[in-house]
Amino acid sequence: MLARKGEAVAIGRLERFLGDLDLSCELAKRCQPEIQPTSGKRVAVVGSGPSGLACAGELAMLGHEVTVFESLHVPGGVLVYGIPEFRLPKDLVAAEIEMLVEMGVHIVTDVVIGATYTIDELMTEEGFDAVFVGSGAGLPVFMGIPGENLNGVYSANEFLTRVNLMRAYEFPRSDTPVWRGRKVAVVGGGNVAMDSARTALRLGAEEVFLVYRRTANEMPARKEEVHHAEQEGVEFKMLCSPVEVRGRDGFVTGLVATRMELGEPDASGRRAPVCVLDSDFEIECDTVIIAVGTRANPLLAKAAPDLELSRRGYIVTGEDGATSMSGVYAGGDIVTGAATVILAMGAGKTAARSIDAWVRRER
Amino acid sequence: MFDILATRQLSDSVFEMTVAAPAVARKAAAGQFFILRVGERGERVPFTFSDWSADEGWIRFIFMRVGATTHKLTHLAAGDQLADVVGPLGVPSHTGGLGRAVVVGGGVGAAVAYPVARAMCAAGDEVTVILGARNAALLILEDEFRALPLKSLVVMTDDGSAGEKGLVTHPLKEMCAEGEVDHAMAIGPAIMMKFCAATTKEFGVPTVVSLNPIMVDGTGMCGACRVTVGGETKFGCVDGPDFDGHLVDFEELMSRQRIYVEDEREADVEYSKGCSCHL
Repeated sequence: MLARKGEAVAIGRLERFLGDLDLSCELAKRCQPEIQPTSGKRVAVVGSGPSGLACAGELAMLGHEVTVFESLHVPGGVLVYGIPEFRLPKDLVAAEIEMLVEMGVHIVTDVVIGATYTIDELMTEEGFDAVFVGSGAGLPVFMGIPGENLNGVYSANEFLTRVNLMRAYEFPRSDTPVWRGRKVAVVGGGNVAMDSARTALRLGAEEVFLVYRRTANEMPARKEEVHHAEQEGVEFKMLCSPVEVRGRDGFVTGLVATRMELGEPDASGRRAPVCVLDSDFEIECDTVIIAVGTRANPLLAKAAPDLELSRRGYIVTGEDGATSMSGVYAGGDIVTGAATVILAMGAGKTAARSIDAWVRRER
Repeated sequence: MFDILATRQLSDSVFEMTVAAPAVARKAAAGQFFILRVGERGERVPFTFSDWSADEGWIRFIFMRVGATTHKLTHLAAGDQLADVVGPLGVPSHTGGLGRAVVVGGGVGAAVAYPVARAMCAAGDEVTVILGARNAALLILEDEFRALPLKSLVVMTDDGSAGEKGLVTHPLKEMCAEGEVDHAMAIGPAIMMKFCAATTKEFGVPTVVSLNPIMVDGTGMCGACRVTVGGETKFGCVDGPDFDGHLVDFEELMSRQRIYVEDEREADVEYSKGCSCHL
């Protein structure tokens, strides 16, 4: 209604206000969800990213004893290693996790499910009644072009993890270095590409190029993120498809791209980019960050041969989040492939309700 | 936090550390690695197991002091703690059914060669070990290797101060030429593994190398550890660390290992300012 008469209600901003207001209170005075009487059931949650945390919170409210296993040394998943501080303050994530702990959720870091324990072991030796897998999409995709393994070429995952999780911006006070490029080319058009470009600027890059093979209209990134990147001075190189990374003595000196033009719509409904013949040109740069997506991480599934996977290695579930293994549920990027925090959280909550029904069922 | 149970200095710059990590020790296998962080601002560094005990719940590794992290490690002792220990990671080394195997351990690589040779012996392979070091002082774990039921142990040093004088590739080449080798495994500096693989290739002896690329998460998420094997990009952490030595692009591996050399020096200088050991 308002949208027709004036500006739309900024739901995101209102939610942020309520969240911030609540978090500004001390822990005991914050909104505490009502917790149901204890069920005596134990659920393991694999991964402490958006889907895992949402699932854990929901399960705790439903009265179950929840343990979240995180492979990194800090919980939060992509919220701490991927999304930069300027988009999602890490204090917010820490406060949300603190609230889960207050609700009785156990968080165990430094444990890799599929390596330290298998899913089977969680269900047998470790005595869990159900498992939720929210391990995320995982492996970064590279383009398969020459020069991609030169020093100075990063996956967005590595670049963002070094900076966000490992605090490379404080080096040498933190021990993890990052190659600080003066001229950085970021390849991709999603939110992760925008995060990488804006992070590179903050690390002191003089020029940051965003190389994308379609136009800004086709970018999967949120309009707001594209706008911020432009405002901050990221130079958009649209309709360019990388064909080679050039280097000298093992280090990047440039990114060669071919110009593209938009042709007929493809399966996604977007106009497909088509190469313009003999249009190669070189972008001078010392860093290339590749943000063209991720694929399924094989680590967990390798240790769970009974878990049905899609052709591309993602976990197959029903609408309720149930996998092919009895008592094992999954959600988030490891089911859908790389998507959004919101979708992952939704999947976590849906699975939590299914898990609740499963552990309480008549046997 | 993870309790350090014991430390031992093996040479001027080589140290051994034993850490309580029951869940990791329970699953550890030869050729696998783990990731550690020394402290709150520490980097994530992979180390391959040199030993472990599932029953007693500890893991052991050997490291050379080269940068800030390993420098910090040298100052820790029994009773201190590591912030993080994660694992076991990577695919275990292939053992059993190998026939006559030769395991080459060069420098600190001997630490990884030890459990691999032990596992091969236990799996019924006939194992010869070639241990190499620059000099006698840098030779490690010789007694431990002698306690294994090996077919033979050959010690090589660059200056002849222990065993024979020469490179590990000399005895390796002789054994291959005699037709005494069905399977080779080389673990050590990239340059040594490169030459071992080049040596066995002439004779068509299948050769596995254990790579040590730079890693961050160690679980397949970042891609820092990518290596080119047979023209394809592989991830050292989840596809390796063992790969076919005849297919690995060693030049690329060595180049990628050097990316942070300057930073590592800077970090160590920074740390050494407040450190009284003058190492």
